[in-house]
Amino acid sequence: MEVPILKQGHYLIASIQSALTDADLSQLREALIARVGKYRARGVIVDVTALDVMDSFAVRTLRDIAHMARLRGSETVIVGIQPEVAFAMVQLGLSLKGIVTALDLEEGLAFLDAKARERG
Amino acid sequence: MKVKDTQATAPLQTQQPTGEDTKGLLRELVAHLRQNRTQLREEWARRITQAKLLTAMTEEEIFAEATSVYDNYVEALETGTFEALQAYARNLSERIIPRGVETHEVVGIVLLLRDVLARSLFGKYHEDFTKLNRILDAYEPAANRIANTVAVGFVQERERIIRQQQEAIRELSTPVLQVRERLLILPIIGVIDPQRARQLTEQLLRAIRTNRAKVVVIDITGVAAMDSNVANHLVQTVEASRLLGATVIVTGLSPEIAQTLVTIGVDLSEMATVGDLQGGIEEAERLLGYKVATLAEPAAPPQPA
Repeated sequence: MEVPILKQGHYLIASIQSALTDADLSQLREALIARVGKYRARGVIVDVTALDVMDSFAVRTLRDIAHMARLRGSETVIVGIQPEVAFAMVQLGLSLKGIVTALDLEEGLAFLDAKARERG
Repeated sequence: MKVKDTQATAPLQTQQPTGEDTKGLLRELVAHLRQNRTQLREEWARRITQAKLLTAMTEEEIFAEATSVYDNYVEALETGTFEALQAYARNLSERIIPRGVETHEVVGIVLLLRDVLARSLFGKYHEDFTKLNRILDAYEPAANRIANTVAVGFVQERERIIRQQQEAIRELSTPVLQVRERLLILPIIGVIDPQRARQLTEQLLRAIRTNRAKVVVIDITGVAAMDSNVANHLVQTVEASRLLGATVIVTGLSPEIAQTLVTIGVDLSEMATVGDLQGGIEEAERLLGYKVATLAEPAAPPQPA
């Protein structure tokens, strides 16, 4: 299933709606990184609220997205990680060190706005 | 449990006497014990005091308990059924455990009673060695079973109380409190075991979500000791909270805990720590952009004379 990517101002929002296969995740990564350049996006938000499991491939892909987007001049925020998912992730040692996370979409947008103000 | 089962199915007699024999002998034995009740009971109470057992109870109490234990003991010998004794042992344990009576004391007094009664049997039958042997053959297994029943009853009661208390402690679970908009505090008091640590983390993560918290202050002033397991769990909690977009500040690490953590080499570089709860809340307010100001001018300091 393809993940819809919405453009909202200077930001791109990818809202994952259901469990994704590894191929879907790779496709999401390619699509997001391509659009960061196309729309000259300042920020990327990946909403994972609908995910109730997160495996190592998913975590690695999210990390790759964040690092690649940064190299292309865009800040990434992962939002909506469920409490159970967060707990399972740290227990499995799947960390998102160095990557910004936020409670939900609203928080993620607030963070990116604050970041934009900082830059002026 | 296993001990009791094997005891319950084990035949009362040893090889020599038959079942009928044992019953007759036990009847004789019981008659003897009833006859000398007062004297044996006193002797027993005296030996208890001498052995410095049941120090938590007064002499009158010991004597009263000794009387009823004695009667139940003789009854169990007579009937060969242990249900009544079991119930009595449980009831007794319920009464004396809160008084601080220890397991070794309970076992000790029952064994003392066994010895006192055995001595009196030696005295009675010392002229007829064969008879003494047969009486002892009948008496010893029954007496040992009684000792077993009482000890098991006591330990079971004790374990029941411990389970009950553990339950109570678990129910007094740690609250997650909101002190400002988007600021939670989690005071942790007492011992953290893996189970509680897990429960704490789950509770905290849920609270972060429902309260939309940005900053969490975990205060561990009330935690006496910490090992590497708990420390790692704390690190995991911090990491999981961060995944939900909340910053965690840990406060109140005692000097001992700080030393332990440094000694065992737990990596706490990812963790923001502040000395005490006040400092932690101030830091949290700063992160959230709160500014605390007094409304009026503070009272002037007293002027030196």
